[in-house]
Amino acid sequence: MELVVINIIDGLVTGLLLFMLSSGLTLIFSMMGVLNFAHASFYMLGAYFAYQISSITGFWMGLLIAPVIVGVGGALVERYGLRRVHQFGHVPELIFTFGLALLIEELVQFFWGKNQMAYESPETLQFAAFAIGGNSVPAYKVFMIFISVGIFLGLLYVLTRTRVGMVIQAALSYPRTVEALGHNVPLVFMGVFGVGTALAGVAGVIAGPVLGTFPGMAVVLGSIVFVTIVIGGLGSLWGALVASLLIGWLTTFAASYNVEFETILKFFGMEKPEIMSESALRDIWTLTLPQIGPILPYILMILILVFRPNGLFGKRDA
Amino acid sequence: MNSSNSEKASLPQRNEFWKLVFPWVLTALFLLFLPVIFASNSALTIMNQMAITIIFALAYNMLLGQGGMLSFGHAVYMGVGGFMCVHVMNYVEINSAPLSLPFLPIFGGLFGLGLATLVGTFSTRSAGTVFAMISLGVGELIAACSLIIVAFFGGEEGVSADRTYMRPFFEIEFFTQIEVYYLTSVWLLISALLMYLFSRTPIGRMANAVRDNPERAEFLGYSARWVRYYSFCASGFFCGIAGALFAINFEILTEENLNLATSGSILLVTFLGGVGVFFGPIIGAVLFTLLQTVLGLYTELWQLYLGALFLATVMFFPQGFAGVLVSHAPAARNGRLGSLFIPYVKMAAPSAVCLWSVAGLAELLFHARHAALGEEEMVYFGINMLSTSVIPWTVFGGLAVISFGICRTVAPSVLEAWDKAITPKGMAQ
Repeated sequence: MELVVINIIDGLVTGLLLFMLSSGLTLIFSMMGVLNFAHASFYMLGAYFAYQISSITGFWMGLLIAPVIVGVGGALVERYGLRRVHQFGHVPELIFTFGLALLIEELVQFFWGKNQMAYESPETLQFAAFAIGGNSVPAYKVFMIFISVGIFLGLLYVLTRTRVGMVIQAALSYPRTVEALGHNVPLVFMGVFGVGTALAGVAGVIAGPVLGTFPGMAVVLGSIVFVTIVIGGLGSLWGALVASLLIGWLTTFAASYNVEFETILKFFGMEKPEIMSESALRDIWTLTLPQIGPILPYILMILILVFRPNGLFGKRDA
Repeated sequence: MNSSNSEKASLPQRNEFWKLVFPWVLTALFLLFLPVIFASNSALTIMNQMAITIIFALAYNMLLGQGGMLSFGHAVYMGVGGFMCVHVMNYVEINSAPLSLPFLPIFGGLFGLGLATLVGTFSTRSAGTVFAMISLGVGELIAACSLIIVAFFGGEEGVSADRTYMRPFFEIEFFTQIEVYYLTSVWLLISALLMYLFSRTPIGRMANAVRDNPERAEFLGYSARWVRYYSFCASGFFCGIAGALFAINFEILTEENLNLATSGSILLVTFLGGVGVFFGPIIGAVLFTLLQTVLGLYTELWQLYLGALFLATVMFFPQGFAGVLVSHAPAARNGRLGSLFIPYVKMAAPSAVCLWSVAGLAELLFHARHAALGEEEMVYFGINMLSTSVIPWTVFGGLAVISFGICRTVAPSVLEAWDKAITPKGMAQ
């Protein structure tokens, strides 16, 4: 039972982290119809900037400043890069963001090298918040949960309760009409792109100490984020939330229960081959659940696409 | 009367026919005599690698350029084809089955095709973003599987085979690099020709139509999804051939052949070359392989330069290298190609200086940040300099600013010359 609770907390942390990335991504997608392939790269930039700032002024200034820099950078990319490519169509836009992801990874290696950075959580949070059945939960994890939930509530409030949010929501569905009403839609686009990348930056700042700050961190998380928004349904914020949590829990639970495939196969009445090294299916017999944990999201995505092509909550056929 | 009519009709037809055949004959001769010029083993290896990349890029362009489908996981079709071929080679070696090496790519192609027919059933439902995402997911899934299913993918060290144990082909056992070169070239020619012919068939033409306007194609009675599916399967087949040639050349396949980096680099190759023209990916593959091997020798930063070049291409020349070449056709038709030469030189000289000095700055910065402590000396284009002294920084910085300024002042006159060159004679304002 304790293990279940611990896993629920761990999965929640992973899921909320994913949500911070996928929410920005899905907002940008539903607004401009472009999937920002470089989204996870902005997450990486957030971690690196925060590391650089925190080495001078400490963690908390990093948490404040790094996302702002990332957001401004994102807005500039939209203004001077994406808007230029927009005229060529969606596929060139996607290729542009892909090239941007490549370039950001190279730039990070250019400035900070290939090794992992010594970016650590602040000392004030380096204690065990509480313990469940002998497993202590670090305070930093609780802090991560609070930050992400806070951001989610803030986002929800801005989008549904404020004037700016109304304009954004309207611009999502009827950009031309909103423009005709006198709103500066390109500016709204730029703002949404900036805020979306800033959210990714926040995720990077708080995930950097836990998941490690290294040049491959964008690739590690990047494709999972895309899988998340495909599962949730492209353009759906609630779908992104549900899919993020689902994937968070799925991977966490898979990693901690050592179910062997042998027992499952035997349960279905299959015979274990006598000489394992000769059998072509030997890998299936020796598989364990933690081993296939990392690929579960992809399998889930393919299943969803086959049976529900629009994703869990998706309405639009992109 | 009748016969003279048909003769008149067949003359232009015969001309058309030669226009089609001539480039291919020329290419065949070129490939035949290329090893006479570049005879060293390392050159042959580079050329083989180029040929494989060309086939892969052409197959990729069947989707991206001709079908409008952007795939982020295309390496798996080449990779799985290659893995299968390694297993086939091992099978032949153990059971001494009657199969010789030149026929192996057929197997690779069939396995690539098989995988594509499976994945295509759900991935080609729509083009654009959704297709890209599915291709990414499937690619990542198979790449991740390669570390889990060790029996087939060989885990981290991959699987390897020995090509020389196959049945000899007319006494040829493919011990030497030159024999492999000719095998690769023949397959390059065959697959490029087949892909070219595919783009000329009705289904290839429909792929273009579906790319440009799927709705209209559907109104004409074609299923956009099936058209995409056929292109996807055909592309998988040729990717498999490329994979087989990779297996023959390198005799080992690893997880690296499946992962996102490989899939991304083929997108880069194809786009740099130009997706709108059939021979675009060929140029891209040749350029990319040269950049990779030559630039990689001189600088650690080659991937950074390549990334910057790629992004610049997407932003400023989305039609790629081949597209830029083709856009000169109107000027050539007007007989004004020569008038562009001097403006181009005027533009190229300061641009080259600008790029050279910006790259110099990058190298300086990289050296200053990452060189071992106390190591201050670095070499750039044969010039020794200290990355800690102020002089090289100011020289490069100054040169970059000045040459950029010259570029900006020259640019309008170049554009004017360009406009003049592509306007037909007698149409000048």
